[in-house]
Amino acid sequence: MRNFILRRLIYAIPTLIGISIITFVIVRMSPGDPIRLFTFGQRDITGEDIERLRHAYGLDKPLPLQYVDWLIALVQLNFGQSFIYHQDAFQLLLARVPNTLQLAVVALALQLLIGVPLGVIAALKRGSWADGVIRVFGVAGHAVPAFWLGLILIIVFAVQLRLLPSQGMLTVGKDVWDIPDRLKHILLPAFVLSLTGIANYSRILRTETLDVLGQDFVRTAHAKGLRERTVVFVHALRNALIPVVTALGGILAGLVGGALVVEQVFSWPGVGQFTFQAAIAKDYPVVQAATMFVSVLLVISYLLRDIAYAIVDPRIKAG
Amino acid sequence: MATNSAAISAPSAAEAILLRPPRSLWSNAWYKLRHDRLTMIAFGVLILLALLAAAADLLAQNVFSYTFEKQDLLHTYERPTFDPPAYLLGSDEIGRSQVVRLLYGGRVSLAVGFVAALVNLTVGIAIGLTAGYLRGWIDDLFTWFVTTLNSIPTIFLLLIFATIWQPGPVTLTIVIGLLFWTGISLFVRGQTFALREREFVVAARTIGARDRRIMFKHILPNILPLIFILAAIDVGGIILVESALSYLGLGILPPTPSWGNLLTSATSYFVRAWWLVVSPGAMIFLTVLCLYLIGDGLRDALDPRLKTEK
Repeated sequence: MRNFILRRLIYAIPTLIGISIITFVIVRMSPGDPIRLFTFGQRDITGEDIERLRHAYGLDKPLPLQYVDWLIALVQLNFGQSFIYHQDAFQLLLARVPNTLQLAVVALALQLLIGVPLGVIAALKRGSWADGVIRVFGVAGHAVPAFWLGLILIIVFAVQLRLLPSQGMLTVGKDVWDIPDRLKHILLPAFVLSLTGIANYSRILRTETLDVLGQDFVRTAHAKGLRERTVVFVHALRNALIPVVTALGGILAGLVGGALVVEQVFSWPGVGQFTFQAAIAKDYPVVQAATMFVSVLLVISYLLRDIAYAIVDPRIKAG
Repeated sequence: MATNSAAISAPSAAEAILLRPPRSLWSNAWYKLRHDRLTMIAFGVLILLALLAAAADLLAQNVFSYTFEKQDLLHTYERPTFDPPAYLLGSDEIGRSQVVRLLYGGRVSLAVGFVAALVNLTVGIAIGLTAGYLRGWIDDLFTWFVTTLNSIPTIFLLLIFATIWQPGPVTLTIVIGLLFWTGISLFVRGQTFALREREFVVAARTIGARDRRIMFKHILPNILPLIFILAAIDVGGIILVESALSYLGLGILPPTPSWGNLLTSATSYFVRAWWLVVSPGAMIFLTVLCLYLIGDGLRDALDPRLKTEK
């Protein structure tokens, strides 16, 4: 097991380097240079000053050397100052992380708590109307544009019925620890964010449960005279749940990407919204920090998924 | 001989089956598809949507007598009505016809979806086939690149790209195509890995067929049916991404209407005119739903491994 984890850790290094190259290049390839952006509108700056600034920031070096400089700073979590806030870009970003984390955790919980049972029910009641409805939902849940669903829910629950708030995390003036108020705010965005995953899990679990129910050991369990409930919950389900772990990688990537759009719709002050605003304002240090942060998060979660998978299914370690 | 001539003169039911022309993979799949009602409906709806979008000019002139930019400041925020037909789905904040704008928006959204999918299928198949067939360092490089690309959420890359370069519709389509090929290429690579060791490939290599010929004439035709399944789902996914990007104000920019950017403006006055929010999203939903259903139907019809199921 230790060797397996170690090997996976080493595999992650080239990926991280790749991510840093892409993040560096895509921003550095942009038209116009940062010094011009920085000094824009200051009339008393001469060409000589610009040259000196360029030298001071190391921008006159060849690109590969600039990359190395950037990488060294990056390892120290120094992404530079935000062009707009004139504060450390990474610190600014970190302040938004808990908000996105809340949203993602609630969405993930909804996905597991709704998606998994739906899939199992569909498989157990195969061919019934419930199976039909769940299968249609499994396709439709993927096809709904999340931002549109968010808008419709806002119109129905916030504008027409006035049951739930339409945006933000907390009613202005309320106590930070007002949990019911927070729950009201998180309900709609978390549901919208979780929809694809619910659909995904219901499909996976349906196929997988059907697959497991058809296997020899389930027939043996039946033949031993075990009760239906024991066969399903003790024997079949445990095996059918393995793909829940495998699918986690895609699910997490979906949450991170989806959060960017959902946060925008619900004005949720998280990493996604912050990155979006920074990108619009061409605040490159923040954009770079956010892209790196989110990608590293994904690499780590893929790593954890692989380790979890190796624990549930020992056959993987060998491969 | 005697039985043979008897069979020709009057074939029995059992012999009639034997005399039936052999079914190929494709004719078999077509047979299954024709009897899959849901998939056929989805096909029908999708073709209808495409025809409506293609005929946007004609319909706008003759049925609705309105252009997509024509304004009427005396009739803003009209509720959906049959009179005049141009306000079938209501009018927006400057009295433009929602239904006509939807038609033109459909043209853009569908075109972006299909063209970008074509780009990423071409790239994905070419790269996946090469990596899977040649293996070695090329495959290592491929794996590294795909893992890296998959670790960066695509929407972030698109966001950065769109804000830095502010691309037009054509550039945007190509870029989306160039960012979404990893899934397809991984799939093609996996299939190629398995196929390249099979007897028919070894036989082809033995008689001196070149690598490129083996890849495109022997391996690719065997993967092609499965690629059709991916393609349908792929187009749907791209339409969703484009609409999200356009909704954020970064994809297809006004005045060119797309289903996504029609929602952007509708958002700012949805308290006054909620129907303007409903229709563009419903069009996206319907289109993508049809594509995914077609993908599912094709999977049932084309994937030989699923034969035992059902």
